Amino acid sequence: MSIHHHLSSLYLAQSDSLISFDVEGLIDQFWSNTVDGLAQGSIYALVALGYTLVYGVLKLINFAHSEVFIYGAYATWFTFYALGFRPGPTAELAIFELVGFLLLALLAAVLASGATAVVLERVAYRPLRNRGAPRLVFLITAIGASFVLQQLIFIWRGGNPEQAIRLLRPEPVFEIFGASVTNITIIIVLASILLWLVADTFVNRTRFGRGIRAVAQDPDTATLMGVNKERVIMTTFLIGGLLAGAAALFYMMKIPQGAAYQGGFLLGIKAFTAAVLGGIGNLRGALLGGLLLGLMENYGQSLFGGEWRDVVAFALLVLILMFRPTGILGESLGKARV
Amino acid sequence: MTTTTTRTPTTTGRRSLGEWWNNLNRFQQWAIMIPLVVFIYALPVLNPPIITTEPGYDFPIAMFEVARYALIAIGLNVVVGQAGLLDLGYVGFFAVGAYVAALFTSPDSALTKLPFLAVLPIAMAITMVFGVILGSPTLRLRGDYLAIVTLGFGEIVRLLADNLEPLRGNQGFQQVGHPPGTHADGTAIFNNTDGTPWYWLTVTIIIVILVLVGNLERSRVGRSWVAIRDDEDAAAIMGVNTFKFKIWAFVIGAAIGGLSGALYAGQLAFVNNQKFDVVTSMLFLAAVILGGSGNKVGVILGAIIVAYIPARFLGIAEYRYLIFGFALIVLMIFRPQGLLGARQRLLTYGRQAYQRLLGRGEQISHDTSVSTDRNGGV
Repeated sequence: MSIHHHLSSLYLAQSDSLISFDVEGLIDQFWSNTVDGLAQGSIYALVALGYTLVYGVLKLINFAHSEVFIYGAYATWFTFYALGFRPGPTAELAIFELVGFLLLALLAAVLASGATAVVLERVAYRPLRNRGAPRLVFLITAIGASFVLQQLIFIWRGGNPEQAIRLLRPEPVFEIFGASVTNITIIIVLASILLWLVADTFVNRTRFGRGIRAVAQDPDTATLMGVNKERVIMTTFLIGGLLAGAAALFYMMKIPQGAAYQGGFLLGIKAFTAAVLGGIGNLRGALLGGLLLGLMENYGQSLFGGEWRDVVAFALLVLILMFRPTGILGESLGKARV
Repeated sequence: MTTTTTRTPTTTGRRSLGEWWNNLNRFQQWAIMIPLVVFIYALPVLNPPIITTEPGYDFPIAMFEVARYALIAIGLNVVVGQAGLLDLGYVGFFAVGAYVAALFTSPDSALTKLPFLAVLPIAMAITMVFGVILGSPTLRLRGDYLAIVTLGFGEIVRLLADNLEPLRGNQGFQQVGHPPGTHADGTAIFNNTDGTPWYWLTVTIIIVILVLVGNLERSRVGRSWVAIRDDEDAAAIMGVNTFKFKIWAFVIGAAIGGLSGALYAGQLAFVNNQKFDVVTSMLFLAAVILGGSGNKVGVILGAIIVAYIPARFLGIAEYRYLIFGFALIVLMIFRPQGLLGARQRLLTYGRQAYQRLLGRGEQISHDTSVSTDRNGGV
């Protein structure tokens, strides 16, 4: 009897399998899990950037960011629909058509999410800032806003997710250690890392980014030094929204039936977990946390079984907050080098 | 217990309900209280024309729902309102209570069967254990991090209910037990179509809990909670064992949540993995915040709003999450302390003592808001 087989018969509970460990499955699927985890993790990373930026500047957990994301997913779906695509078999498109349509969907998603984020900031958070409300009041407002945004979709489109519209069929491009890497995975990972680089450069290298870091460090002093705090906050929400919109397009390419009114909640919580895992307020942390979470979730899925996938993420969230609430790289937008 | 307005010794403002109540003597208080309580008990039988939710929704059942939400709000208020710990996973405790009731009374469960009324304290005890398990590691966290951890906990409880074989997932437990007693024709008094006995049971429990929680509030424990809520560091410096009292708030809140979960399971006579999602948690929280966190009368009012209005106006039932979401946003901007705010009790205690010393009447300070983390400003 091999060691793998022996391990896989280990049970947490006494008799029937309460939770069983499938170590063999984990080893078998290690590389395909890794590839898929990186794709999933890149999406988490992009959404996590929105949490991290807003938290860095306002010390606010923007609970409604998950809805900012899902508005982008709906915008993607409606763009596909408006372009004449319908649920059903994947359309056959010439490459330049495909690229054009995807860019159009990206534009729509980015605009929808960015606008949602900015409106949210104007309508819900700014009045509170003007009144100097305590932090928990912000959080409760964020919860209320998340409710409202979610329910607006529910009332408009109903409880069922939109039917899948595929523009691009996943096709294996090459293999690593027997795990096939699809065209969609490549697009998602590369584009996400590129967008992260742009965001990181913007915050760390540009004049406006310096304003963001200054406000994160000390809002009052930054204002005295001539930084327009309100504009910085608005831009921070906008950047977070734009990145969430891009993430929404990638998400819809990976999971075409993903436009559901509650679909943002789970992904939002996971992206927040990713942000905390890497160190909230830290852009590099968001990337690292996102990728790590994507990987761990997939390994956990193989180890414990698919139905435990979300439990892995939530358990991870609870554990990090309990033992290392500053995350792997530490909270640092406020303490960033100038 | 009060809604309060600003009153300084020189200006005479509107006298609040709470002030008015406190200035009545014991006899007058009883003279108002007894008919009020009788009326509350009689409500499902009277079925008053305008208040009734029929024909759309069975009125006694609606009243039971209102009472259940009131009980939940009172429990959550201990955590959120008294101790200032924002708990987004309260539905987790509610679920634990419901499942304990189901496991010990349903024929679908392999465990020994116990009488329903004996299961209520067991459900409370087990949820208290869960409260300690969750509270002891997490209560080191402050404010929004605590909120997110509790949210994670609530989701984990829900996912466990989904995934663990013995909890029977969507299939659930049938024929959950109920209190003893039968009508003349042999049918059970506590059945799942007649809300009235369940309503009476819940109202009785609420009255007992209100007395217990009220006593706690006026004790050293309650003062410690308020001190922690207003400024945790200052409370710690003044010698309050903040961790101990936070655990107490958490555990007491958990026990009340578990109790209401067990009642819910009993009335419905069925438990499965639905209805324990985060949206339900938010609705509980909305009841507390809308009514006025920290104020027992306020949170009961909040619970009535959250549970009664969708039953009364069925047309808006579909929109209730939207409406309560909007209400939260608007309220946070214009009246963050809720409809009936809590007074800043510590200040009040000090001021009352001072004024007694000077021989003047009681004066009550400004309203206060959900105000844990004032020093961590935005």
